[in-house]
Amino acid sequence: MSEEIIIAGFGGQGVLSMGKILAYSGIMQDQEVSWMPSYGPEMRGGTANVTVILSDERISSPYLKVFDTAIILNQQSMDKFENTVKPNGILLYDPNGITHHPTRTDIEIYQIEGAKLAAEMGNKKIFNMIVLGAFLKIKPIVKLENVLEGLKKSLSERYHHLIPLNKEAITKGMNHIKKKSKEKTSMPS
Amino acid sequence: MSELKLMKGNEALAEAAIRAGVDAYFGYPITPQSEVIEYLMTERPELRTGMVVLQAESEVAAINMVYGAASTGKKVMTSSSSPGISLKQEGISYMAGAELPAVIVNVVRGGPGLGTIQPSQADYFQSVKGGGHGDYKLYVLAPASVQEMSDFVTDAFDIAFKYRAPVLILSDGLIGQMMEKVVLKDQVERISDKDLIKMNGYWATTGKKDRERNIITSLDLQSEKMEARVHRLQKKYVKMELEDLRYETIDCEDADYLIVAYGSSARISQKAVELARKKGIKVGLLRPITLFPFPKKQLFDLANQVKGILSVELNAGQMVEDVKLAVEHKVPVEHFGRTGGIIHTPEEVLEALEQKIINHGHFRHHKTRESSIL
Repeated sequence: MSEEIIIAGFGGQGVLSMGKILAYSGIMQDQEVSWMPSYGPEMRGGTANVTVILSDERISSPYLKVFDTAIILNQQSMDKFENTVKPNGILLYDPNGITHHPTRTDIEIYQIEGAKLAAEMGNKKIFNMIVLGAFLKIKPIVKLENVLEGLKKSLSERYHHLIPLNKEAITKGMNHIKKKSKEKTSMPS
Repeated sequence: MSELKLMKGNEALAEAAIRAGVDAYFGYPITPQSEVIEYLMTERPELRTGMVVLQAESEVAAINMVYGAASTGKKVMTSSSSPGISLKQEGISYMAGAELPAVIVNVVRGGPGLGTIQPSQADYFQSVKGGGHGDYKLYVLAPASVQEMSDFVTDAFDIAFKYRAPVLILSDGLIGQMMEKVVLKDQVERISDKDLIKMNGYWATTGKKDRERNIITSLDLQSEKMEARVHRLQKKYVKMELEDLRYETIDCEDADYLIVAYGSSARISQKAVELARKKGIKVGLLRPITLFPFPKKQLFDLANQVKGILSVELNAGQMVEDVKLAVEHKVPVEHFGRTGGIIHTPEEVLEALEQKIINHGHFRHHKTRESSIL
């Protein structure tokens, strides 16, 4: 198993930490992982993205041109990364703030209203966990219990009381994902 | 018990320094290396092992603090990124001349000048061809993973003390900033003063009691003595080549073409090898782990087997010169690399291999024949 993912959005949306939790979850199930962030001037108020790879074997390049899955959280990232999804790959996005929706027909496209759901839950910071839940619904590459273990590892102890809220957000994401592209394969249940 | 963690390369290196029982770190922040000093300051190693961590007022001050502390026989290190390493070159040359063990880490960014904060491998020449003035070389380790950022700290100090010479860990912004799984080594205790005198008392300034005084200097105005010193240094470098060369080969057994790459470029090139093999092109990868010593003989031998070699580096073509020297024109050798902080993708590497080596090879031979007829 190998999954090559790009997560892209605004700095401050929790893009990098979502990637980190995913990577930690991979470690919890004995996988090789890499987390390669964009860094530098584009982080300040602009876009942030991270390439996360989970694999059963040694990972060669941590830096990639094409991805199995793109998780896209703003318009700039949509413009930049829609075409980097491999044919038959997955594009998951939050429609909030998206003016030009993805148009490709050779990939599977899903929507998750992460920002809206997070606002409903009364905590905007939980946004990235809702999106992560949606992704794990489509591609259950890591088990929920390992995500929670990963959270425990990546959060300092004073935030451990927030783990149940994170779990709730992940479940919410799993339950609210919508498929946008034409039905090619049946949605995993 | 060794410990498994998810860490940035810079953080793994800093944690490894504490665990390796390093006595002192002197540095100055610069992107993309700042996590090293940030991590050390946060971890407060003075409470864990008694290790000194100090932010100097400049890179020049930091390297001279390293010179001073290394003179006492202690384990000392510094780190910086390209512009800062340029500032340190005077101190590095003096340490090579004075035969002082120390570890210097360069998390390379794009240059020249202030350049960019994005990853680069444009400091290859500076690292292996001197950098500072005088007849000296650095033993240069090039980590290609977060695990190696951790492991190479111990390895670098072993070499530094084996040869009593400064050692360089040449990383880059990609390896420094990325996170991977890392197995951390167990804590090693810092060496006691008593053991230090036993080990390094014959040369270091450990406090003179019942022996001749030790003088640490790179200055020798008597030509014969200075020449003897230069010869002594050169002997070390020959010994390094014989005993401490490190490299890795991937898929070279049946390779028709070869990529040579180190550090982050080696990781990217390994993916290019996978893509090539999926297309039915037999490509292998030689990854120099030490840039000095350089795997000259291995390249010379591989040149008997492959039809062409591509040197992949995040620069405008530096290591390619050493590859060419090593293969002695037996096969075509070309360079490929992006600059300015742009990282080449595995697809770009494969495309370059196809254009510059696989297809271009036939074309060039044909052309050479034509022009020789003319």
